[in-house]
This record gives sequence, C-alpha cells and structure tokens, in this order.
Amino acid sequence: MSVLVQEQAFEVREQYEQVLSNSPGAALVAFTGYVRDICDYGVVEALELEHYPGMTEKVLDDIGMAAAQRFSLLGWRIVHRFGVLQEGEPIVWVGVAAAHRGEAFAGCQFIMDTLKTRAPFWKKEHLKEGGAIWVASKEQDEQREREWRDSTL
Amino acid sequence: MLKVRFFSLIREALDCEELNLEFTTETVTIDDVKRRLSAQGGVDWQDVLMQPNVVHALNHRVVDSSQALSDGDEIAFFPPMTGG
Repeated sequence: MSVLVQEQAFEVREQYEQVLSNSPGAALVAFTGYVRDICDYGVVEALELEHYPGMTEKVLDDIGMAAAQRFSLLGWRIVHRFGVLQEGEPIVWVGVAAAHRGEAFAGCQFIMDTLKTRAPFWKKEHLKEGGAIWVASKEQDEQREREWRDSTL
Repeated sequence: MLKVRFFSLIREALDCEELNLEFTTETVTIDDVKRRLSAQGGVDWQDVLMQPNVVHALNHRVVDSSQALSDGDEIAFFPPMTGG
C-alpha cells in the first residue's frame, strides 16, 4: 500500500518483491511501462517527465486506495519516475496482490488506466533529429478511464 | 494571497512557473483569476488560459473553474495529463 514518486531509476524486481513480501495474496499482477523508442514524430532520444509535487503523491494514493476498495486488493504499490529518462528505461510500475487473479488483473488495469489521465504528469519527447514535443492526451485513454467510471466491475 | 502555479505547455507558453495574486473580492472563483491574469498579462495570457482544455486544480484537487476560492489557496493551471 504505497506510492513512490522519484527521479532516480528503480529496479523492477525490487518493487515486485516489495509487494510479494508485504501481501499474503495468492495472485500478484504487475505492469511496467518503458520509454518507447519511436513516437509519432520520429525516433525518441529521451523522455522528460514533469509533475506537480504534492498533488502527484496525493492523487496516486487516492487511486491506489480506490482500487484496493473496489477490487478487494490485499496489497498495492505504484512507482512513477519524473525528470529525464532514456529510451528503454522503466517509467512506471504498478503491482497489486489479491486473493484471486480476476481482482488482481482488474485492479492493476484500473490503476494504470486511471493514473494516465488523473495523475499530474506531463511527457515531453526529445527527438534524435532535434527538437522536443509535449505529448498530447489521447481520446483512447480518456475513454478507458470513463469506462471504469461507468463499469460495475 | 493566492498562489498560482503553471505546469507543462502552459508554463512554457506563459514563461512563468508561479506567481502570487492578492486575494480580493474580485477573485472569488478560478474563472475570476483567469480573467484577472488575462487582463494583467494581455492577449498572450488570455489565449493560453482561455483554451477549453485547460485543467484547474485547487489545493491539489482537480476542480471546475467556477469553484469558489479562499485566502491562502493554491491554484494550478495545466494541460490534460499524460502520465504512465
């Protein structure tokens, strides 16, 4: 049941073990998001992530607690980086533990779908050929978040 | 006093990270703050702050722009979020 927002890189394995050792659940689902190498405008050299300190932690904590209540999670952890990240580095890690796989899969997806449009992070892609572009929000992400709000799952 | 913060594209477009605004009877809502900043900053600020997709936060919570304010509040303006 924890949130970690940090500039430095993190080890995926350590995050996984953290959830595993603190949660007695029989099912653990984890998601890792990495910096992609190609974007709509070319080859990505680095990704810059800006956030709103104070609000970010609060929103992520709210999302984790909402997921825990809705899907009866026994444990959860959200790790998100900010600052400048290189291609291939992990950006975000979400891990949840539950008694059964259905709740674990749904809880992890709910957290990811919700944080994409609700946590105050903004991505800027720096291109290999020069220049940088702020990533625009995607209607598809908004739609996924709306679906969770309308869903009774 | 109200603390006003700007993030991402909005921070860059306004070339301003944060500012303090006196809390008066003319700054009762976030819409009032937008109007006052637009009047002070000119057309450039108006163009940025009046964009329909600007997100407003009050004391770290996303709110509607008609939200009423209190002295000491922190307000933030930013574009739609793109984390994950």
